[in-house]
Amino acid sequence: MSESYNRGLIEDFGRWREFAPGMWAWILHKFTGWILIGYLFTHIAVLSNALGAAGNEAKIAAGEDIYTTTLQGLEGLFLIRVLEVGLLAVAVFHILNGVRLLMIDLGIGLEAQDKSFYISLVVTAAITVASVPTFMTGVGA
Amino acid sequence: MSTQQEQPTDADDAGTGQADDAADAGPSPQDRRMDKKADRRIERERAAGATDADAETVHLKVFRYDPEVEGKQEPRFDDFHVPFEKGMTVLDALIYARDEFDPSLTFRHSCRQAVCGSDAFFVNGRQRLGCQTQISDLDGPVRVEPLPHQDVVKDLVVDMEHFYEQMHAVEPYFQEEDLPDGDLEEQYQTRENREKVKMSTRCIWCGACMSSCNIAAGDNEYLGPAAINKAYRFAMDDREGEELKEHRLRIMEQEHGVWRCQTQFSCTEVCPKDIPLTEHIQELKREAVKKNLKFW
Repeated sequence: MSESYNRGLIEDFGRWREFAPGMWAWILHKFTGWILIGYLFTHIAVLSNALGAAGNEAKIAAGEDIYTTTLQGLEGLFLIRVLEVGLLAVAVFHILNGVRLLMIDLGIGLEAQDKSFYISLVVTAAITVASVPTFMTGVGA
Repeated sequence: MSTQQEQPTDADDAGTGQADDAADAGPSPQDRRMDKKADRRIERERAAGATDADAETVHLKVFRYDPEVEGKQEPRFDDFHVPFEKGMTVLDALIYARDEFDPSLTFRHSCRQAVCGSDAFFVNGRQRLGCQTQISDLDGPVRVEPLPHQDVVKDLVVDMEHFYEQMHAVEPYFQEEDLPDGDLEEQYQTRENREKVKMSTRCIWCGACMSSCNIAAGDNEYLGPAAINKAYRFAMDDREGEELKEHRLRIMEQEHGVWRCQTQFSCTEVCPKDIPLTEHIQELKREAVKKNLKFW
């Protein structure tokens, strides 16, 4: 046989329009998973750097310790509020799709896996939209 | 028709009587058949005339590559305009293009009825059997490429060696040595058990699932959906004893066995025989867990 031609990765993101629901679910699950890991480490970094006044009762009572000022400063930013809504969306989708994958692992409803993916998308959207009033109160935007 | 021949001879008198009645009532069956035939002929001619008038053609864009001919070593797409016929499949169109336009167009095909599994192509961005895919179901131009994630040998022919190796790795054959008790030498299977493995026996080794699987593309050691499905077919077969089932599960439960599957459902999506591949892989995963879980 002659040597053969390797076309490389043909089913790459260039063909994203042709992805099936199961593939989208997989991609979104990986994507949201990485975002959650990224958030986790940011969260730890921010909080552990904001503990400077630990034990200083007077400052804590006055509400001037680093922890309070940092968090109030962050929560005052419009961008942070938007990111919080995004974080909720990411977390909710990851949870719902995780439940979907659990069902798949248990062998329940494998024929309906595309429908359960769409349902998790819709529920994620609904929860995200419903959360906007709660997250966006009190920021001058 | 044959029904007339099947009539018992001793009822001849009664039979002829009925025939006479029928003849009196209207045209004989033969006349009716002839009429229908004439109708069909007229319809066929009208259909043929319509296609001539519209000059309906199928636009095929076919992947071409030939490492042995200088000037064809750079992959390209060739356009073919094939006259459309009702019921035409992608394979029919390719055969027409090869026979009428370019005899060097190379592709595998044999039975043309989705049994041999030779003609899996990447048609309009999806792994399909050429002989099973109706042109009328596709948006034009119809793009035909060799299966992704496999090396191209020439035009639409890919190297299947790796796929076959993975298939053989799971020992895809019945290996029970013990004969059943009693005089019978047949290996009887219950109807329920047959139902259980029914879908998995339909595999035709076309390689569409393996080609659609992202994990198999990135991990050459991964057995792939088709091979795992083969293993499922025998592991779930009651005629093979416990020992053999354990032997099969030992192959399956390895790192590059069932656990590589990440339930993207690509294989189930493209399987031309509608085998629920992901379901079978998931079931083998559960079997493997059950085998290894010990609570005492």
